[in-house]
Amino acid sequence: MIDLIAKPAVSGLPVSHGGCTLSAFDAGPVTSIAPYPGRDLSAVLPFPAPGTVSDYQSGRLIWAGRDMAFLTGVAAPDLSGLAAVTDQSDGWVWALLEGASVEAVLARLCPLDLRLRSFAVGSSARSMLQHLPILLVRTGPESFQIASFRSMAGTLVHELEIAIKGVAARASL
Amino acid sequence: MTQSHRIPGKGLMIDRTRPVRFTFDGKGYEGFAGDSVASALLANGERLIGRSFKYHRPRGVMAAGSEDPNSLIEVHENGQQTPNVRGTMQEIFEGLDARSQNHVGPLNFDLMAVNDLLAPFFSAGFYYKTFMWPRAFWEKLYEPAIRRAAGLGRLSGKHDMGLYEKAFAFCDLLVIGAGPAGLMAALTAARAGAEVILADEDRRMGGRLLADQPEVDGQNGADWAASVVAELAAMPNVTLMTRTTVTGVYDDGTFGALERVSLHRAPGEAPRECFWRIHAKRALLTAGALERPIAHPDNDRPGVMLASGLVGQMGKFGVNPGKVVIFSNNDSGLHTARSLTAQGIEIAAYVDPRPLPVTEEFPVYAEAEVVGTRGRLGLKDVSIRHKGGTSVIAARTLALSGGWNPTMHLACHLNGRPEWSPELAAFVAKPGMVPGMSVSGSAAGFMSTRAALLDGHQKAAAALIELGLSVPEISVPESEDRPWAISPLWAVDAGGRAWLDFANDVTTKDVKLAAQEGYSSVEHMKRYTTQGMAPDQGKTSNVSALAVLAEATGKGIPATGTTTYRPPFIPVSIASMGAGGRGEGFAPQRLLTSDAKTRAMKAPMIEAGLWYRPSYFPRAGETDWRTAADREVLTVREHVGVCDVSTLGKIDVQGADAARFLDFVYTNTMSTLKPGRVRYGLMLREDGMVMDDGTCARVAEDHFVVTTTTSGAGQVMRHMDFVHQAFCADWDVRMISVTEAWAQFAIAGPKAKAVLATLGEMPSLPFMGCADVTIGGVKGRLFRISFSGEEGYEVAVPTRFGTALFDHLVATAEGMEGCAYGMEALNALRVEKGFITHAEIHGRVTADDVGLGKMVSAKKDCIGKAASQRPGLFEDREQLVGLMPVNQGETLSAGAHLYNEKDPAQREFNQGYVTSVAPSPTMGCWLGLGFLKNGRARYGEVIRLDDGLRGRKVLVEVCNPVFFDPEGGRMRD
Repeated sequence: MIDLIAKPAVSGLPVSHGGCTLSAFDAGPVTSIAPYPGRDLSAVLPFPAPGTVSDYQSGRLIWAGRDMAFLTGVAAPDLSGLAAVTDQSDGWVWALLEGASVEAVLARLCPLDLRLRSFAVGSSARSMLQHLPILLVRTGPESFQIASFRSMAGTLVHELEIAIKGVAARASL
Repeated sequence: MTQSHRIPGKGLMIDRTRPVRFTFDGKGYEGFAGDSVASALLANGERLIGRSFKYHRPRGVMAAGSEDPNSLIEVHENGQQTPNVRGTMQEIFEGLDARSQNHVGPLNFDLMAVNDLLAPFFSAGFYYKTFMWPRAFWEKLYEPAIRRAAGLGRLSGKHDMGLYEKAFAFCDLLVIGAGPAGLMAALTAARAGAEVILADEDRRMGGRLLADQPEVDGQNGADWAASVVAELAAMPNVTLMTRTTVTGVYDDGTFGALERVSLHRAPGEAPRECFWRIHAKRALLTAGALERPIAHPDNDRPGVMLASGLVGQMGKFGVNPGKVVIFSNNDSGLHTARSLTAQGIEIAAYVDPRPLPVTEEFPVYAEAEVVGTRGRLGLKDVSIRHKGGTSVIAARTLALSGGWNPTMHLACHLNGRPEWSPELAAFVAKPGMVPGMSVSGSAAGFMSTRAALLDGHQKAAAALIELGLSVPEISVPESEDRPWAISPLWAVDAGGRAWLDFANDVTTKDVKLAAQEGYSSVEHMKRYTTQGMAPDQGKTSNVSALAVLAEATGKGIPATGTTTYRPPFIPVSIASMGAGGRGEGFAPQRLLTSDAKTRAMKAPMIEAGLWYRPSYFPRAGETDWRTAADREVLTVREHVGVCDVSTLGKIDVQGADAARFLDFVYTNTMSTLKPGRVRYGLMLREDGMVMDDGTCARVAEDHFVVTTTTSGAGQVMRHMDFVHQAFCADWDVRMISVTEAWAQFAIAGPKAKAVLATLGEMPSLPFMGCADVTIGGVKGRLFRISFSGEEGYEVAVPTRFGTALFDHLVATAEGMEGCAYGMEALNALRVEKGFITHAEIHGRVTADDVGLGKMVSAKKDCIGKAASQRPGLFEDREQLVGLMPVNQGETLSAGAHLYNEKDPAQREFNQGYVTSVAPSPTMGCWLGLGFLKNGRARYGEVIRLDDGLRGRKVLVEVCNPVFFDPEGGRMRD
């Protein structure tokens, strides 16, 4: 019988320069939940408002687009008839960016206003990181989760590392 | 003596405890930390810094900021060079290698200076008049000669390997320029709690407070500036951006800005420059004003400066100008003369065309003009024409002040036009030229320090109210509030050449000639004379030139108007705007789970929809792609091949209305598909042309997985989303891409089933069947579909297991005389079968053109159906056909056009074109697919394939596009 070995989405992490660290992040199972028109899911789970995140059991629901949220960390409950449910665990690479200069690093790559007062802890957005499509979640004043297409993991790390290094090098000028 | 021209104790910006050594044209110089190349050279007594563009005239430093037209230098580092850097902007650092440019031979003996003697022949329009005839001379003689002489500075021809950055910033109020008005505005807004970005071109904030250092609030203006900057720097809501020039205004409150991050240091880890896009709710343009020279004969010698340039070089860097003559038509020039005298500088003459009833501590020549200068490589003396005749006064520096042009360029970037102010003799911005931005301080014509401070406060207060913030109590400091008067004098009429645009060598004569020859519109004059088209963009010359033009045409300045102010305000390196985009940074790389193994097998990779896919897998002894690809094709036909097909788009479609929705987006019917079965589908765009093709698998009653082509994946996803949102938003259907979630591999060939059997217990699927499977405990999917014409399966597992599965499949296939196959073989296999790709469905073909007209169901509607039935889409169309060479050994090429055998290769005889070709080891010759006029009716006809690019003419027989196994028995049974 064949034995398939799982391979992580990303290698070469963590990287750290000048107090900003990029590390791999295990989001656990990831399931997209897309409620059908007019369905109310509140009896089952707290579907997040656009641009926000909500807690569900030990996992969390991240708004991920129009009528779409990603449930991470726990298996999806039964939503038959209420929502389309699709396993996305293997479709995305997840990384955690932390440190005092995290906003400055992301300002090099992402066109959104990510200052704390505009993009508070618990905010989520679909955006771009240089040329990469990303799902961005603010998990703390100095930490963000970044998810991108799994095949682009190398580029994601590459782009972020350049930005982290550049910001760190500025501090030494 | 080193730094012989420094005034002891002066120079705010330099640190006299830190000497810095650098080279200019290979010669070593010493300056101080904080010096610019211009100030360091001036401090060392060097006035000659470069050569002018056209006449190669010796030129020196004129200004102290980015407006300087003369001091263009090259900066060399790491075998590369950056030309046209302004010496006034480049800070020196240890080891800086700066060089002058635009000369042949040494700077002080430029062989090209012969142009200056030929000046009578080089007037405006010279090129247009001279190089017209004889016509044959243009390409061989004129153009090469002009190209050699033209252009400023040289490039290394190498890639710029420096690190550059782009970045985004956001604020409530962007303050552009940190002079008196800017500092006052930023302070007002910052104390109100607004998020403020204050950007300034210089490395220290203060603007002219650092140059002429007027008293502010009872202290030196520079000290007041420092105290304000210190307060701002300590506030969390303020971002101070030094060395940052706001370069352009764009829509919706977006501003471009260029930050010189580390250009003041030797290259290191930090970015050289950063191009910012700043989004501001409100903005205040407090960029100050730029002084303009007066055009008088020989006003371009090294040693002739703007009065403000002189004041800046003195105040900021302690440069000693030696004996000075000042030529001014306004009160600021007179004030400068008094201020310099008070600082111990000898004013040899103050020259003013106005009747001045003043007695000064220096010689004043009222109602007088400068009519000439002498000194080839540096000013020696100045000729002054006055009531008593003409006097020649020895001087080392001639300072010119022809008045001030408010720096309102940015206010004009959205196509607003400024208005003429007769009081200032300058153009000023009108309110509302840029929504959300107002202009303040001397940029708005408030010329005294006190007026600028007051205006900065008031405009900031107005912005705060618009932002919904309250205006803090703040006292605007006292400062000088001198009245300001000017009597316009643009050019001195005394014969000789008088320069307007120093950078592009445009004189008053050129402008007058332009008017005389009919180029009397300011935009035409600019293009005819090239005035304002150098790297400085005419910052010191535009207004003077149009004033001279207005005099020549008699139209007056307001009617003449300005040329268009466009971004960028200063030169912006392409490297900064395209930061991160060099080489592999150009686009994301999408790597397959089979990538490492594929590269280890030495497969050359090609890009498809950002993915990297193998072309072929070379084996020992295979010296070219053809040998490997032929082997791979035959292996698939005879044994088995494995190919990574994960790049194909996969979209998960669910919901009670999913089948109904797919019927709407596909031309054929998907609702009749039974669970566990797959159907080939075709999608049209709204205009009726084919958009994409792929398979549609029904994995459960209300659950489909559709595939798209690799490059069409994004487009199909967007299209389906659009159709759903626009036409049937209330249907119970949701879709999401699962392309990245699954690694999928094709197993094709007579032994495909045997390879599959090694994965565990697999269901026996009919052709076009699908099933959920378990492979080594992992849930996967199995499809029986074929893009090769052989018995084929595609097996999908969650992406994390892709690497392991690919390794297993390749090893297993190789154990059965099979192999991995790449894109070349995949292409040959599908061409043999006449299967289409985006080479065929390229956006201009209908379903009928590709022979799939019957797939557009007559029983239902679908997107694009109505448009696909437009008149004209059926008669005399080019239709998909197969092409085989009559002589089997001949090569076909894609992109070639098709002609009837005897017709010439001319447009009107064109019969069609070739979209795909492949060498077919199965058929023993090259095969082609192409579109031919009424092609389906012409099977058996011999036509000519004509590839003009490669000079290839091949007779080909038109045939059915399915060359191999037309009944399809091999993939079905």
